[in-house]
Amino acid sequence: MCLAVPGRIIEIDGQTAKVDFGGITREANVMLIEDASVGEYVLIHAGFAIQRLNAEEAEETLRLFGELARALEEEDERKK
Amino acid sequence: MSTFFDHEAFRSEPEATALVSRIHELLREKLKGEPVSLMEVCGTHTVAISRAGIRSLMPGGLKLLSGPGCPVCVTPLAEIDRAIAASRLQGVILTTFGDMMRVPGSESTLEREKAEGADVRILYGPLQAIEIAEENPESQVVFVGVGFETTSPTIAATVVEAARRGVTNLSVFPFFKTVPRALDMLARVPGRPLDGYICPGHVSAIIGSGAYEPTATEHNIPCVVTGFEPLDILAGIVMLLEQVAIVRAGGRAKVETQYSRAVTREGNPAALAIIADVFEECDAEWREIGVIPMSGHEFSERYRSFDARDRIDVEVPKSAGPSGCICGEIMLGQKTPTDCPLFAGRCTPREAVGPCMVSTEGACAAFYKYDRQTTEAP
Ligand code: SF4
Repeated sequence: MCLAVPGRIIEIDGQTAKVDFGGITREANVMLIEDASVGEYVLIHAGFAIQRLNAEEAEETLRLFGELARALEEEDERKK
Repeated sequence: MSTFFDHEAFRSEPEATALVSRIHELLREKLKGEPVSLMEVCGTHTVAISRAGIRSLMPGGLKLLSGPGCPVCVTPLAEIDRAIAASRLQGVILTTFGDMMRVPGSESTLEREKAEGADVRILYGPLQAIEIAEENPESQVVFVGVGFETTSPTIAATVVEAARRGVTNLSVFPFFKTVPRALDMLARVPGRPLDGYICPGHVSAIIGSGAYEPTATEHNIPCVVTGFEPLDILAGIVMLLEQVAIVRAGGRAKVETQYSRAVTREGNPAALAIIADVFEECDAEWREIGVIPMSGHEFSERYRSFDARDRIDVEVPKSAGPSGCICGEIMLGQKTPTDCPLFAGRCTPREAVGPCMVSTEGACAAFYKYDRQTTEAP
């Protein structure tokens, strides 16, 4: 029930925004996002944008995953 | 392509292998192979963990428990009965999210009532209820309001919008639940170990990770707010195990956030403001668990006229739950679905006995669909 999907705001008209979900576009209400603007990434739940997403944090998380994977590979190499 | 749409990036195989191997290493070395139990309290996590087959990748000593994270499963029978009774009234259009349709009341379901002619409509979002109310001025439109803090701001926003537009034939059953005080209560449940919480990602996007700080401090229980992709969940488990090792060595637990792309310490201020305007915290009954103090939302004085309980006068007889169902013990982490003698026999998703099997996010349904093969294999 708490499923929420990331999307990108491509148009805003009052409280209603057009949101792009990687190719598919749907409308969502943005009244729960203070000063929502075009180009921002948001989480959509039940027809509302419920929180903005932070691109830098997303990249940082992926970078940490990558580092961990590399460390494991190196360790495996050493054990060989 | 943005990182947000690239789900594959959060499911990548080498990274998953590295995280799983880190989990095994932590349990073996830092935790000396002693058993650890972690609990997730979000139905979306329950499904994500089962679907990705994460349980089967965990070391033997690590148990993943499913708490009461499915809002539909914890809606009391009397409240389901009340919604069903309301749907039978002349002039009522009952609106709800799809998850509620098949949940068994004492003697019927909303799905059955609809088949027998009741005007029950499934909504994608609560704002649609306003349109239905405006198109049907002669009818009373009632929305069955279930959900945690992820959903309640969307319903609060709907109520504010309805008030602004002067819509008077719309009301809401306030069956909402809130998470933090439930975590306190679960931390005190006797008869089972609990070493850490996988905290819900989208509830926390609204309320902020700071909401769990009292729980982590008071119970010295590690809390990690976790995202929903397989790598997020594995990384959340790694962070929890690191903390469990610290706590077992005499240190203090804290709240950490793995899902930092969506969750801040403060949450979403606009959503919190609208919740505070429209709702008040109240004690709430959780099905099969009981009353948890300050774990629900009811309407504030200002918006009380939207409370469907005052507008729709229905009698609901006192009801008993389905006999033999152990959903309560499962949601408290004392048992797992396979401990239930009815599991996969008399109780299946097609013919569900208890709420945890009916809702797709219930622990029994997730276990039935995804984990059964892996756990039943010799
Ligand atoms: S298997 Fe069915 S009867 Fe048993 S606990 Fe789960 S929902 Fe209840």
